[in-house]
Amino acid sequence: MLPPAPFLLKDTSVSQVMIQVCVALIPGIAAYAWLVGPAILAQLVIATLAALAAEAAMLSLRGKPLGLFLSDGSAIVTAWLIALTFPPLAPWWLVATGTVFAIVVAKHLYGGLGQNPFNPAMVAFAVCIVSFPALMSQWPSIGLELPFVDQVNIILGLAPRVDALTGATPLDALKTALKLGDGSIDVVRLLADQDVYGNFAGRGWEWVAAGYLLGGLWLWHRQLITWHIPVAFVGALVAISGALWLFNPAQFANPLFHLFSGGAMLGAFFIATDPVSGCTTPRGKLIFGAGAGLLAYIIRVFGGYPDGVAFAVLLMNLCAPLIDLLTQPPIFGMKDKA
Amino acid sequence: MLFNLFKFKGGVKPPTNKTQSTTLPIAAAPLPSRLVVPLHQSIGGTPRPVVEAGDRVLKGQLIGQADGWISAAVHAPTSGTVVEVAMHVQPHPSGLDALCVVIAPDGKDEWIARTPLDYAALTPEAVREHLQQSGVVGLGGAVFPTHGKLTASKTVPMEELIINGAECEPFITCDDLLMRERAEEVVRGIGIFRDLLQPKKVLIGIEDNKPEAAAAMRAAVETLGEDFAVVQVPTLYPAGGAKQLIRVLTGKEVPASKRSTDLGVQCFNVATAYTAWRAIAHGEPVVSRLVTVTGNVHHPRNYEVLIGTPMDELLKLAQPHPDTDGIIMGGPMMGFLVPQASVPVVKATNCLIAHDDRLFPPKAPEMPCIRCGACAQACPHELQPFEMYWFSRAKNFGKTQEYAIFDCIECGCCSFVCPSRIPLVQYFRFAKSEIWAREREKNAADQAKSRFEFKQLREEREKAEKAEKLAKAAAAQAAKKAAEAAAAAAAEAQPAAGEAAPASQAVAAVDPEKAAKRATIEAAMARAKAQREAAQPKNTDHLTPGQQKEVAEIEARRSGSRIEDRGSSEPAPAEPAAPTSPLDPNN
Repeated sequence: MLPPAPFLLKDTSVSQVMIQVCVALIPGIAAYAWLVGPAILAQLVIATLAALAAEAAMLSLRGKPLGLFLSDGSAIVTAWLIALTFPPLAPWWLVATGTVFAIVVAKHLYGGLGQNPFNPAMVAFAVCIVSFPALMSQWPSIGLELPFVDQVNIILGLAPRVDALTGATPLDALKTALKLGDGSIDVVRLLADQDVYGNFAGRGWEWVAAGYLLGGLWLWHRQLITWHIPVAFVGALVAISGALWLFNPAQFANPLFHLFSGGAMLGAFFIATDPVSGCTTPRGKLIFGAGAGLLAYIIRVFGGYPDGVAFAVLLMNLCAPLIDLLTQPPIFGMKDKA
Repeated sequence: MLFNLFKFKGGVKPPTNKTQSTTLPIAAAPLPSRLVVPLHQSIGGTPRPVVEAGDRVLKGQLIGQADGWISAAVHAPTSGTVVEVAMHVQPHPSGLDALCVVIAPDGKDEWIARTPLDYAALTPEAVREHLQQSGVVGLGGAVFPTHGKLTASKTVPMEELIINGAECEPFITCDDLLMRERAEEVVRGIGIFRDLLQPKKVLIGIEDNKPEAAAAMRAAVETLGEDFAVVQVPTLYPAGGAKQLIRVLTGKEVPASKRSTDLGVQCFNVATAYTAWRAIAHGEPVVSRLVTVTGNVHHPRNYEVLIGTPMDELLKLAQPHPDTDGIIMGGPMMGFLVPQASVPVVKATNCLIAHDDRLFPPKAPEMPCIRCGACAQACPHELQPFEMYWFSRAKNFGKTQEYAIFDCIECGCCSFVCPSRIPLVQYFRFAKSEIWAREREKNAADQAKSRFEFKQLREEREKAEKAEKLAKAAAAQAAKKAAEAAAAAAAEAQPAAGEAAPASQAVAAVDPEKAAKRATIEAAMARAKAQREAAQPKNTDHLTPGQQKEVAEIEARRSGSRIEDRGSSEPAPAEPAAPTSPLDPNN
């Protein structure tokens, strides 16, 4: 059989796509390591190793070529997203468990690369927050002065976990304070607390989110993602948070706070844009992104979890095939009939 | 001139690799050692050979008589002796044989008597007829007989005549050089098309990476005092696809289910216009064409090549590098590796590219689809290639048709951008051929069924006829007896009053039986008909009426061009639907 046309191919590959996604995460990771603590670097290594080990095991069980698929980089992207969404001082086995579950169950049991209906990293987050709610809610307090070695020791379980070292996320802190205050405390005064909050969102965290935004814009510039999902996600989040904020600024934080808190930026540019589990048609992507943004807000503000991005994305993953089916764009020459 | 251009969605920008072969002017390729001229060189009916082994032929002499309206004549490319009329491997990816006239050139290159025609004095029918007899076909790669495209729609006024000089595929420069060197004859040829179709405007589209060609064409248009607009279109593959060029120049989108004339537009390649002019004004049938010889060679160049020249002999002129391991006919996006280096140059051959691993690195292994959507963004027909890929792979061909697989022009943009290195176009060709095969099987099964039913019917009828005959015989017997009795009675002096009555009684006795038989037969026929109608193809369930119509029209067209239209190296221009005629080379 002679090789078929086209004989010229664009210089691109799955590994190149995945490597660029990792590169785009670097500004956020750098801000994270600098402002929140270098423990994240250890978590990234743990997650990467766990992902590659799980991937290799599953590939050999499935009889797939190891070198080809291990080098595609998809497991590393999953691992990094897991590390970035888990608490940085979480014990190593928690991140490893989440990663292995993502690779083995959410990815390979569904057929491997390209076949998973749910975003593997978000499956890992959901499984762990349901199974280990306490550990998944311990976030380091900003400005934690602890040497890198000690942080790594905590992760590896070689040093005792000191509760005082960890607190809630800025989002969680706000929600808890509002709940406890029961109407007597207003958001404006809470956000003025410079220990937890910075210029427009959580102290430190706001710059991590800004890093993700930067990386996400670069992904868009490189045409690895289209504008539809991030714009719809951000738009929906701004719309609902803005509406409620205008309605009652004392009880609801402003849109800027929501955009730069929790997993909003990471979700908008890196998680909801996962093509395998998301929508693929332009209109479908808009619906998908808007749905994820809305659900993320509703869950994080009215729900029981500190953030809603993971569940929002998973719920929208469920709808993606149907949305795609109903939003097929008209083809060349058939537009007036559609 | 300010001109409002439209855009088509998608498209890709592969490296053009055109400058290598444009530095030297067109050269005439020398006479080859022998010429293998396939009879079937255009879409439509296979021409019948009109020469035999041993015949002496002159250059331009008819050797293949067009078979039907959608078919074009074939001529001897040079003077010489017919060696054989036999099956030879075709320049087609299938590697199948087809009937060819093999000619040993005598070296004299002696023309037949050429009679120039004044086409203005001829009726349009006569001009079309002459083009068919001269073997003028679309030289952009689709080789549709040109005369078949020169009739305007009866209901839609012809608005634009598009002349395709875009030449969007990388490496190919034969149209570029043609326009640079022979612009005047091209423009005169366009004049013929204009006079036949009577469009409101004539637009000549040339990609903006060919400024010399555009300038030459502008100058020729001016010299000849024509009002054709030479429009430079952005370089973006596949801008030279007929449908894309029509879109860019007019904003009209021709779907697969329509002919371009239904939208008041028609499209021809520049080289087709040139050959039409040579055929009319010089009486020269199409016996040669320009071929770009490029790729892994020392001296890339355009040659005027006789049809039937073995490709390896042609390639030698450009001195291929020793590591050349194949010949691509057409461009690198839609062309194919020829099954044998010795296959002949045909009317569809616009380019030969010497293949090696440096120019065209071997493809990386295929990875799973990650639904990144790059293919959908690149698709000029705005299809969802990754969806069609899933369903092609799963052999769920009905679904591929729902995703409009027959609107795919196989331009290769999707395969070009796919990060998973999936040969998407290959999957789509597979799906299309499977759908055709199933249709053929279904038709064959339907035929067998109706044959069987007819046999049953015939047997039943024969039985009925036999019964009828017996009844008649019995009736005749009875009548005879009655007559005898009557005669006896008459003999007994009773007049012949009752003679007719018993006979008519006997006929009446037969009639009800006959009617019952006929009713049975009719019921059986009605049942068979209902069954035939109920047996619809499984894979075309749940199509919208629009899609059904589209599929039906495409089937009709495809069945008229089973093999030939796939060798096109430029995206196939929008051709009018060809009447069905079985075109397998073996037919």
